[in-house]
Amino acid sequence: MSTPRDDILGGIRHALRRGAASPDAGAEIHERVAAHRRNLVPARAAALGRKGRIELFVAMAEAVQTTVARVASQTDIPAEVARYLAAENLPAELVVAPEASFDGIPWDRRPLLQVRRGRAEAYDAVSLTPSLAGIAETGTLMLASGPGTPSTLNFLPDTHIVVLHAGQVVASYEDGWDLLRALCQDDPPALAGEVDRPTGGPEGANASPLLPRTVNLITGPSRTGDIEQRIQLGAHGPRRLHVVLVEDAPAQP
Amino acid sequence: MQPTSHSFPANARAGLADPILQQALGLARTGFPQRRLEAIARLPEFEELREEGRAIKDHVLAYLDFYLELYERNVAASGGHVHWARNAEEARAAILDICRAANAKIVTKGKSMVAEEIALNEHLEANGITPVETDLGEYIIQLRHEPPSHIIAPAIHLMKEQVADAFRGAHTELDPARPLTDPRALCDEARTVLRPRFLAADVGITGANFIIAETGSSIIVTNEGNGDLTQILPRVHIVVTGIEKIVPTLEDAATLLRLLARSATGQEFSSYTTISTGPRRAGDLDGPEEYHVVLVDNGRSAMLGGEFQDMLRCLRCAACLNHCPVYAAVGGHAYGWVYPGPMGAVLTPALVGVGEAGHLPNASTFCGRCESVCPVKIPLPKMMRHWREREFSWRLNPPVYRSGLKLWAWVAQRPALYHALAGVASRLLGWAGLHRGRFRSLPLAQGWTAARDLPAPQGRSFQSLWAEHQRRPGRAR
Repeated sequence: MSTPRDDILGGIRHALRRGAASPDAGAEIHERVAAHRRNLVPARAAALGRKGRIELFVAMAEAVQTTVARVASQTDIPAEVARYLAAENLPAELVVAPEASFDGIPWDRRPLLQVRRGRAEAYDAVSLTPSLAGIAETGTLMLASGPGTPSTLNFLPDTHIVVLHAGQVVASYEDGWDLLRALCQDDPPALAGEVDRPTGGPEGANASPLLPRTVNLITGPSRTGDIEQRIQLGAHGPRRLHVVLVEDAPAQP
Repeated sequence: MQPTSHSFPANARAGLADPILQQALGLARTGFPQRRLEAIARLPEFEELREEGRAIKDHVLAYLDFYLELYERNVAASGGHVHWARNAEEARAAILDICRAANAKIVTKGKSMVAEEIALNEHLEANGITPVETDLGEYIIQLRHEPPSHIIAPAIHLMKEQVADAFRGAHTELDPARPLTDPRALCDEARTVLRPRFLAADVGITGANFIIAETGSSIIVTNEGNGDLTQILPRVHIVVTGIEKIVPTLEDAATLLRLLARSATGQEFSSYTTISTGPRRAGDLDGPEEYHVVLVDNGRSAMLGGEFQDMLRCLRCAACLNHCPVYAAVGGHAYGWVYPGPMGAVLTPALVGVGEAGHLPNASTFCGRCESVCPVKIPLPKMMRHWREREFSWRLNPPVYRSGLKLWAWVAQRPALYHALAGVASRLLGWAGLHRGRFRSLPLAQGWTAARDLPAPQGRSFQSLWAEHQRRPGRAR
């Protein structure tokens, strides 16, 4: 008896009037995937230097209701978080990503801030997370999940504060993909169970990167226009998205 | 859902007579096209990107089997599972099996048109599982027990008063006297009511805007964040998607993502674009423990290699709906199934049959706006013509219509006879309409005169005037 899989693949080949793709075509496609060449990347951000990229990132982010504050170094983060929460009239309580690069943040300088490290729970109102990159072309933050960066922090709390280092601001999504691939090479996320990873030969020659479980590209706070096309912020995800842009070199690339 | 596309004329009349629908469509007519224009004006490369987007999709479709196999391997290599479904029934069964194995009681859902296509909610409910739509628009129409009327804005046919009524009817635990007069209050109420559902769900089901062969990932694009809460909180994440959503690499996805939001809502980028790969990793504190992808064919592979293959490039952005004068007049429910507007007029006959959906490709003015705004340049009007040809050659039109067309074709192929008849008719009509200059009604022409007057011909036909002009001595060259 034929399986749905065989029938669908067979149906595709039948409709395309050919057998299984020829070895040559197969090799060509493997090469296309392995090379993952860039298509046209808009000049908007690609043509800019570091300073221009950061300015574009901030302008694009603010255009979609992200707020941005600049601080000189990571040690200034507690002061900025305290200022922001007070200005927004929010409780001085937050859940902070358990990421190692955040271990050195001197929370004791702001003893009134209550800080918990971990994933977000239903009762958490404010979260603080690192980011992998800021993408200038649309003011987009790229965040990758991992043991130190649970994704619930990005969605459950009403207010999401993201630390972005100025050196992490890249031009395009494609630059972001390069960072992701580099991350996968340097620090491959461990699979939870027994899984066969292709290791080589024509079948596995694509040497595909194992991405983090969840990569979030976040462009402004949650919103909806589903009722009369009038935009409301905070549909299900955060009502507020605040970026703390740290001017120093990032602790990790 | 059972299609009612065969009653498009009646559905359309009902839509035209519905004052609430007309008010709601009025908001949509200007909003989406204006924002799209502004967004593409800010991106000088937009036209080039459309061409690249088209080429990426064409390439994938030419090697679809190959890319699907590669994708399947990479999903498995990241710890996920791929399930193949030839049709809606198999897709529903695969999803129900996964839900049962997870002992699921509550299933949250991100907005998925494929889930609508396979009528998933009804099937889950019939088997004792509660599906909860979490996209605000989808949630509203789930409460109202009606299908979506737009592929990215499911409740676009409603005004806030209808939403308030639906919420009062469903959220009986809340104070009946609460004010629900503006969209902000409605949005907050939905957020409050749905949050515990997100946390209680055993399984989360989303669609996919793209699946990526290179990495075995699925991508969803949302603005609300509901699709993310749907997939990171429950123990099991199921992705249900059509086989044509595949792209080779992340780079190819980037090109198509640049087209998608701008074409759909006129945003530079939607709030959330999420790339999901397999289940949670060792050491992760959250994320699903299982990741399943249900790949649905349901008529798609049969569209390859023929005159409807180009339709498989569709990104489901809804630009064609937003720019269609017919959609803007009658609304999405008139189309009688899941996919309305020009893309529905081409896709629905392919998925449910031209016998059921033959009216849809006829419900077009052929103004061509749909093709001109399509981010991947799908020749929608041309494909609607193909359906009309099939409808005719498969003898699906009514006999009167067929005889009329045959008679007209017979006459039109005989120029001398055509001119003679046209001359007689125009003189006759010109004489009869001499007094008024127009006709309020004419035998055999009610289709025209029911909605507008027919001007009376004035004098002779263009052809005869032209012939005389050509013969005139000393005519200007």
